[in-house]
Amino acid sequence: MTHTAHFKVWRGDTDGGDLRDYEVEVNDGEVVLDIIHRLQATQAADLAVRWNCKAGKCGSCSAEVNGRPRLMCMTRMSVFEPDETVTVTPLRAFPVIRDLVTDVSFNYDKARQVPAFVPPKGVPAGEYRMQQVDVERSQEFRKCIECFLCQDTCHVVRDHEENKAAFAGPRFLMRIAELDMHPLDAAADQGLVRAASAQEDHGLGYCNITKCCTEVCPEHIQITDNALIPLKERAIDRKYDPLVWLGSRIRRRKE
Amino acid sequence: MATGTTPTTPAARGVLAPGRAAISARHLRTDRWWLSPLVTAVALTIFIIYATWRAFANGDYYSTPYVSPLYSPCLASNCTPMNGGADWHLFGSWWGLSPALLVLVFPLGFRLTCYYYRKAYYRGFWASPPACAVAEPHAKYTGETRLPLIMQNVHRYFFYLALPVAGILTYDVVLAFRDESGAWGHAGLGTLVLLLNIALIWAYTLSCHSCRHIIGGKLRHFSAHPVRYRLWGWVGALNGRHMLLAWSSLISVGVADLYVYLVASGVFDDPRFF
Repeated sequence: MTHTAHFKVWRGDTDGGDLRDYEVEVNDGEVVLDIIHRLQATQAADLAVRWNCKAGKCGSCSAEVNGRPRLMCMTRMSVFEPDETVTVTPLRAFPVIRDLVTDVSFNYDKARQVPAFVPPKGVPAGEYRMQQVDVERSQEFRKCIECFLCQDTCHVVRDHEENKAAFAGPRFLMRIAELDMHPLDAAADQGLVRAASAQEDHGLGYCNITKCCTEVCPEHIQITDNALIPLKERAIDRKYDPLVWLGSRIRRRKE
Repeated sequence: MATGTTPTTPAARGVLAPGRAAISARHLRTDRWWLSPLVTAVALTIFIIYATWRAFANGDYYSTPYVSPLYSPCLASNCTPMNGGADWHLFGSWWGLSPALLVLVFPLGFRLTCYYYRKAYYRGFWASPPACAVAEPHAKYTGETRLPLIMQNVHRYFFYLALPVAGILTYDVVLAFRDESGAWGHAGLGTLVLLLNIALIWAYTLSCHSCRHIIGGKLRHFSAHPVRYRLWGWVGALNGRHMLLAWSSLISVGVADLYVYLVASGVFDDPRFF
């Protein structure tokens, strides 16, 4: 089955822009990215769009479709009514470059601010041994494809540009949680308490756990329940729970 | 390139901030995104009004052998005598208000700082955000970084306090298997209502994110703590239904109180199974 769909696509750059109307052919089984490519091929040869794998694994084609942050390659046209207008805009939390392409360097800056894995002393590379039950929590977070939809939808920075300096965003707080749960990470031996640092240096307290990051994650990672809330609880252990603090001082627990 | 729509005014913020795609609409969602926060706000408001009325009513909360979950334990001398129940007059006679107020602060604090309810009321009442990718109306946002919202971090202490309260409500349910004279072997519709209520309260309490952390989530080596790992898995399974349990236990508390109120005020007699 083929039908003609009405698309509104944001066209513009840093100087301004607007939503432009297009009538475009849609075939069974197609996704929004297919339609954007058809627009490029037939009506808007200079339409800028970032894409790569078309399989939901590279995280390149992030955009907002009918106001919802989504991967264009994973948004099937069949979810829309044939007479429904489909509006496609760039990610609205980041500076636009042109058309559907945004400057996501905010995320790379934040990534660099997260201290890397600290290898344990006395264990040479290649000799790391971990049990599956100890790493499976972190493995969920490793599914992240860095599409930055969670960063885009998080109201802390989406609605408040001024918070970008202080807030790492869900993707990188999840990275801190991943490292804090890592069975071999030895950051604490160097004086880095990752959970406390998440609160003090990466803006964990800005998160009010409204779960939009989880809602938009194309990998279905339970960012809020499995990363952000556990990280908040770990920060509470270190900063707000005198019982845990006392216990750790007495027993010098490494857990 | 089309121009003239770039927001450059000092008031422009959020999605309208300079540098971002120049789109005048604060959101472009076409679905009924407003429905969920609206339903949440209405439902919570109804419960708050009902619970406030009942908490201050100071009457019709005990009908042998049933006690309303809003009034147990009953800690003041002005409590209705409960046959073997948790009417412990710890606060003596100086307390002149409803005894429910002495106890409700604990479950109230537990639910107020609960990670699920925080999401619900931040969205439903404070529109922060009202829905995903829908711009919030506030000019500034500091989240839970400072007072008063930094106090949300006390949730685990309310979890600790919620445990004995749930234990006492369990005791009340056990007593509901006695008849009016105190003889065991009774069950009425009220027993069933209280039993269902306490099951949901325990499920909600144990599905708490703080419980999940305390029971095992804080560990880095599950392999060294197999029992806690197993418990963590069970609590995690419950935790995945935390929203469902939060709502169902809230409704069950209201229904259990309403049932006791109707029986105590003589609207109908408790149907007896045996």
